[in-house]
Amino acid sequence: MFTSVDDVSARLAETGYLASPAVATTVFLADRLGKPLLVEGPAGVGKTELAKAVAQVAGARLVRLQCYEGVDESRALYEWNHAKQLLRISAGRDETWDETRTDIFSEEFLLTRPLLTAIRGDDPKVLLIDETDKADVEVEGLLLEVLSDFQVTVPELGTITATRRPFVVLTSNASRELSEALRRRCLFLHIGFPEEELERRIVRLKVPGLDEALARSVVRVVGALRAMDLRKVPSVAETIDWAHTLLALGAGTLDETVVRATLGVLLKHQDDVLKASAKLDLDAL
Amino acid sequence: MTTAAGVAERLTSLVGSLRAHGVRIGTGETVDAARAIGELGLADRELLREGLAATLLHGTGQRQVFDPVFDLYFPRGVGGPEGQPAGRQDLRERLAAALAADDRALLGRLAAEAVDGFGGYGSSPESDGWSSYQTLERLRPQTLMARVRDEVRARGGSSGFTDRLLEDEVRRRIDAFRTLVAAEARRRVAERRGRDEIARRAVAPTADRVDFLFAGKDRLAELRRTVQPLARKLATRLAARRRHAARGSIDLRRTLRGSLSTGGVPMKPVLRRRRPARPELVLLCDVSGSVSGFSDFTMLLVQALHDQFSKVRVFAFVNRIDEVTGLLEHGRADPEGLGARIQAEAEITGWHGSSDYGMALGEFAERYADAAGPRTTVFVLGDARTNGGDPNLPAVRRIAERARRVYWLNPEQRSRWGTGDSVAPAYAELVEMHECRTARQLSALVARLLPV
Repeated sequence: MFTSVDDVSARLAETGYLASPAVATTVFLADRLGKPLLVEGPAGVGKTELAKAVAQVAGARLVRLQCYEGVDESRALYEWNHAKQLLRISAGRDETWDETRTDIFSEEFLLTRPLLTAIRGDDPKVLLIDETDKADVEVEGLLLEVLSDFQVTVPELGTITATRRPFVVLTSNASRELSEALRRRCLFLHIGFPEEELERRIVRLKVPGLDEALARSVVRVVGALRAMDLRKVPSVAETIDWAHTLLALGAGTLDETVVRATLGVLLKHQDDVLKASAKLDLDAL
Repeated sequence: MTTAAGVAERLTSLVGSLRAHGVRIGTGETVDAARAIGELGLADRELLREGLAATLLHGTGQRQVFDPVFDLYFPRGVGGPEGQPAGRQDLRERLAAALAADDRALLGRLAAEAVDGFGGYGSSPESDGWSSYQTLERLRPQTLMARVRDEVRARGGSSGFTDRLLEDEVRRRIDAFRTLVAAEARRRVAERRGRDEIARRAVAPTADRVDFLFAGKDRLAELRRTVQPLARKLATRLAARRRHAARGSIDLRRTLRGSLSTGGVPMKPVLRRRRPARPELVLLCDVSGSVSGFSDFTMLLVQALHDQFSKVRVFAFVNRIDEVTGLLEHGRADPEGLGARIQAEAEITGWHGSSDYGMALGEFAERYADAAGPRTTVFVLGDARTNGGDPNLPAVRRIAERARRVYWLNPEQRSRWGTGDSVAPAYAELVEMHECRTARQLSALVARLLPV
């Protein structure tokens, strides 16, 4: 898919995703080694965006499995379309049972769910398993077969093996420790907060109307907030929101009034706001 | 090292040294790492670093072990920088300029020059080496603070609102330079002494394996951030234990009565049903200087687990004891300032400031006797160093008699119990005492000892 690490960065940048060297290297390796990519990091640093950008670059279809508590086999893998099977049985009254049986367990009655969809067919696909840590431990067991051999076993049909391996991205917020077995099958990538320079480029790209000097100040203030010990530090998503806010307010430069009025965009807890205003020498709210 | 065998050897010893630091790496990952090297080539060191990290590591916390080890096995260069060592003044000039421009690459080269020029000590081949401490002591980068600040301001790099952030930013850059110097010194020493030894000794372990008693400020801060995820993990484990415990032991009387219908043969065992009772927890924490890092962490952890218990009460002491449950309440707890708040708001010292277990435990047994009841599990946290005072064993015995269980968690190494003013062995005879030096040990103990 990619020829070199630089190629990865350049082509991801075309889609509007600016990748750090770590991200580009790992994506390149995941493609070359054919291994799934496990992405961890705080909320709002672009884990899901990465999968979307890779899909766009590769011209592949994005198949997304959103994990939640209680997601199970029939939601993740496949399900038989019972209603349709019943209709089929009642429609073919004169058939023998053997004919009906072979017929109702055919592909026509199979409802494919994301994991199965991703390994069937010949077109390129990117499989995004989002918020893997939200799923129960049993689902991880389900993922193991899919991720290591790219195959799914349906008892009535046999084992379905991928003819073309999808590019797999798993994301996790580390709210639960994923099992060692799952981690072993993946390349591990931690996306942290970007370096100052990279974040400035991201802000400039996403908020084109913002001038260079203001973007620089915005990123510096966010950097200072991240160095404080807050309950929830602002992420890249919040930086971009803040830049949008400043643009909408028509603020040409940062000053105390503007920062105080818009701090709520960056910080989501009242005690964080108080702490930050004290440290940034804003007057009492 | 450019031969294939050389690279393979380098890679396997890197893996070996990571394993020695507790990073679990299987053969499969090593093979993947080798394939990654094949794909990426050896031309770009930073790409190689990211590639190896992606294939070998499984978690975020392992990165800080990986980076220094990688620097040792795949060094930036060999030997010192070319040319005459620069003078101290000249180097400081250039360092100030680099800090003002925030030029990372240049800072790296300056760190190499600094260690080469000022870090060397000793002259005989066995005792010489390179010291980052000595380098930084001679160079004193922290004294460049004001100059760098003025320089950035003069260039118009900082004005208006963001000017107030400048000092902290410069401070962070100087800290980054110090880390570079440390890494460079480690590399030079490794060239002389053998890489494996330095990788084992000079690389700091992951935060959960650091001794509480020797952990620095930033390490403790890092640990505090792990409290919530750790508490979640422990809560799931406790819930699982509770599920198992709900199936009680055999109720003999009811089993025998049930067996009458089958001619006295007990076909169906009847289990004793358990009344779900959430246990109570009492924490007695020594918060004196030496062990406060340990107590803080444990207090926060237990507080984060508070919904697992019907009641959690926390007492802090140095030589007097006072209840601090209120200070730990959820939402109010500002982990950073916890120690300071306890010192300020609770009455924990009497006439002097050193810890006295006998006094404090005696006071607990007297004043708060009702806190410990038949459903209470008591945890005592401390190193049992009484500063020569009376250990007051009867008080401990009284607490142990009243409470369901008493455990003592001691952050000191077991071999040091009983040395100096430690009365740990005496206490250990009365209550169960466990060594608890690191966050890893603590979470294992908590998962095992907490009542269900």
